[in-house]
Amino acid sequence: MDGSRRDFLRLSLLGGGAMLLGIALPAAQAQTAAPPAPPPDPNLYVRIDPDNRITITTPRSEMGQGVRTSLAMLVAEELEADWRQVQVATLGLDARAGDQGTGGSNSVAGLYEPLRRIGASLRELLIAAAAARWQVPAGECAARDSVVTHARSQRSARYADLIEAAAKLTPNPAPALKPRAQWRLLGKPQTGKDCADIVHGRAGYGLDVRRPGQLYAQIERPRRFGARVASFDAQAALAVPGVKQVFALEPGPGNIAGGVAVVATSTWAAAQGRAKLAVQWNEQDAGSDDSAALAKAALTALDAEPAEAVNKVGDPDAVLAAAARVIRADYQLPFLAHATLEPQNATAQWSGDHLTVWAPTQFPGLAARGIAKALDIKPEQITLHITLLGGGFGRRINGDYAVEAALVARQAGAPVQVMWTREDDLRHDFYRPLAAHRFEACLDADGWPQALRHRQAGTPIGATYDRTGQRTFGAEEIEGAGNGFYRAPNRSSGYTALAARVPRGWWRAVHTTHASFAMECFIDELAAAAGKDALAYRLALIDTIPVPAPGQDSDYAFNPARMRACLRRAAELAGWGKPLPKGQALGLACAIDHRSYAALVLQVSLQERELRIHRATCVADCGLVINPDGARAQIEGGIVQGLSAALGEAVTLKDGAVVEGNFHQYRLLRLAQAPLHIDVQFIESDAVKLTGLGEPALPLAAPALANALHALTGKRLRELPLRWS
Amino acid sequence: MTEFILNGNPAKLDAPAEMPLLWALRDVANLTGTKFGCGLAQCGACTVHVDGNPTRACITPLGSVAGKRVTTIEGLGAGSAEHAVQRAWQELNVPQCGYCQAGQLMSAAALLARNPAPADADIDAAMAGNLCRCGTYVRIRAAIHRAAQLARETAAGG
Repeated sequence: MDGSRRDFLRLSLLGGGAMLLGIALPAAQAQTAAPPAPPPDPNLYVRIDPDNRITITTPRSEMGQGVRTSLAMLVAEELEADWRQVQVATLGLDARAGDQGTGGSNSVAGLYEPLRRIGASLRELLIAAAAARWQVPAGECAARDSVVTHARSQRSARYADLIEAAAKLTPNPAPALKPRAQWRLLGKPQTGKDCADIVHGRAGYGLDVRRPGQLYAQIERPRRFGARVASFDAQAALAVPGVKQVFALEPGPGNIAGGVAVVATSTWAAAQGRAKLAVQWNEQDAGSDDSAALAKAALTALDAEPAEAVNKVGDPDAVLAAAARVIRADYQLPFLAHATLEPQNATAQWSGDHLTVWAPTQFPGLAARGIAKALDIKPEQITLHITLLGGGFGRRINGDYAVEAALVARQAGAPVQVMWTREDDLRHDFYRPLAAHRFEACLDADGWPQALRHRQAGTPIGATYDRTGQRTFGAEEIEGAGNGFYRAPNRSSGYTALAARVPRGWWRAVHTTHASFAMECFIDELAAAAGKDALAYRLALIDTIPVPAPGQDSDYAFNPARMRACLRRAAELAGWGKPLPKGQALGLACAIDHRSYAALVLQVSLQERELRIHRATCVADCGLVINPDGARAQIEGGIVQGLSAALGEAVTLKDGAVVEGNFHQYRLLRLAQAPLHIDVQFIESDAVKLTGLGEPALPLAAPALANALHALTGKRLRELPLRWS
Repeated sequence: MTEFILNGNPAKLDAPAEMPLLWALRDVANLTGTKFGCGLAQCGACTVHVDGNPTRACITPLGSVAGKRVTTIEGLGAGSAEHAVQRAWQELNVPQCGYCQAGQLMSAAALLARNPAPADADIDAAMAGNLCRCGTYVRIRAAIHRAAQLARETAAGG
């Protein structure tokens, strides 16, 4: 028996008598004599307990995007599981599961086929086991609500009673999937599987991990990026009741800031001890980033030829040089923090030769690699459990906090939870880059763009992770603006990277968060200059993307008809072009992000300069929607988070350190500022590939709001966060 | 040692009187439903009820609740019956990551206790101190209205 076959199906009896049926889809049939590849992603476990309850363990992290529900739905649909009896869990880091990273709005899109095949394959096995037991043809048996029945003989058997026999059968790697018309769960709104636990305070996040003998630690970190501990006096800290140990932590790869760790019997004692530390910092290698200076440098860079030219069609420079009138606008966006409401944290326990970690992480593999390197241990010496994440938004792709916890726990010799305060979290993030965009265009006699030139400057994400020092990052950073879908016979884009010490990272919707602001505001400006309606102007100009984005999969090539359909439907629902209550105005934006299409209309008013967002209307197209209620929540949340950035968020750097320390300085949107209503509709089709929804609505909020404020006041606001007086 | 009523039962916590109630609950009483978000009463994640009033546990010294009634998310609702806000939150599938929701629910329950039929402006004011990073505000507003309705129906039915 070859190894892949053994891995394909596993059965074991657990202590409590529960059955664990594991099934991984086999790798594509080996075409050569090369060693067998590990089973591909996903590897997923379905546990069927003696009481017929089914636990579906998902190989992605739950951070509020609802994957424990939507991924379980994919399995349960094909498994014909009784959804009311399905519980969910998160798979810990498991080498057999392949890449377990959660991000890029890719969980449902990437696992849509494989998870359904897993469910269907199991269903076939359970039916086959029942048919064999009853000595009837499998085709006469049916599965429904975790029970197999044979109608003719009126026999039935629960899955729990069939699983042992089923596990001895050979699974079918290509089971027949249910046609969409027969779906019972998919496409129908389901309440989140974690909802009940959340409203009763039972849901377990990273900070809720409690181990016997657990200690609590905080780390006094340098304020300036790149500073390190020169010396420290721990005497006063050690005198605080409950403080057990104080030791220095070296900075390390992956932006581990280092500092002085205080380990104590409670979070409070650790905080008290930390406050009593006297630390001398060595700032010889510290950075001196200044966000105001960087913003100015970005604007200045736009005046020069870009360091990297990206995507050129025709000769925009010549056409613009000859134009009678050039329309030009600069857009500026600040650094942003993720500000997950649960600050970074992890709990770790070192046994002498094995490390166990409990972490709210989006990328457990990355965290484990960082830990293995920092502790000089082997990957097989690490067990990593993934808790619920109190928000992710890209922050928890980096595993710095897990590495810290591992280092502290090994030194402390006890299970330790390392908690970041809000100040630690806001001042040691991986920030959404600062960016400046310039668009220049000239219009023909009918008002259509003859040339469109885009220049962008900023602090690229990639530089934080680049070891070569040679890359220029333009191709990735111009996403959404330089490769925009509005037709112009002559166009170009270019990028200039600015050097900065501050770590940058992926902030929900990533590049599109700033590119769409520039692009969608500028297209509004062009429509106004052409004397045309902003909706009609967009509809007329939406065209195939002239130069595909790097690495773009042809299965996902931009489809103008889908973008137009979203726009038309959103405009219609929002009453575009119809009379509005006095003092109100509409603003429009559309974009493609993470391969999904979306359009947003905001209806706003200003009363005594106080903004009120009366209604948000969003139409999105991601192919098929798995859990309509969860999908709607992602759109709602994306709009609100986008508005939060548009209205209040900015990270300020002074002398190489982040100024904002808590929510009175880093201002998130509050309930009264949120739209009173958000209407969401989906345009669905199974003729196109399913794509993700975690991010695509967010980039629309800022430009739709700026465009609405222009309609209201006649003023163009081109800098985020928006300020008006 | 501080003695008080915790979720309806007498409790004695052996912790310094100046320790914030939040950490006494989480690290000493092992009730982890109440969350840390900021430590400065800026986000509302740690909201509990002290004698029925919504209170930020992160800035409330343990000693100050001596002899008082403290209710946390684990103790919301009467016995096994869910509070109307818990029912409405599930009906409308409010939570996303869920981390802030204990605080949101405690603030909402306190609002409904003093105002059984809040208007939008009342909700704006009562919930101003509770941040949600996932952006569930629209559903929170709708769920408070729904909870008010559920509470009225229960009262009428009972």
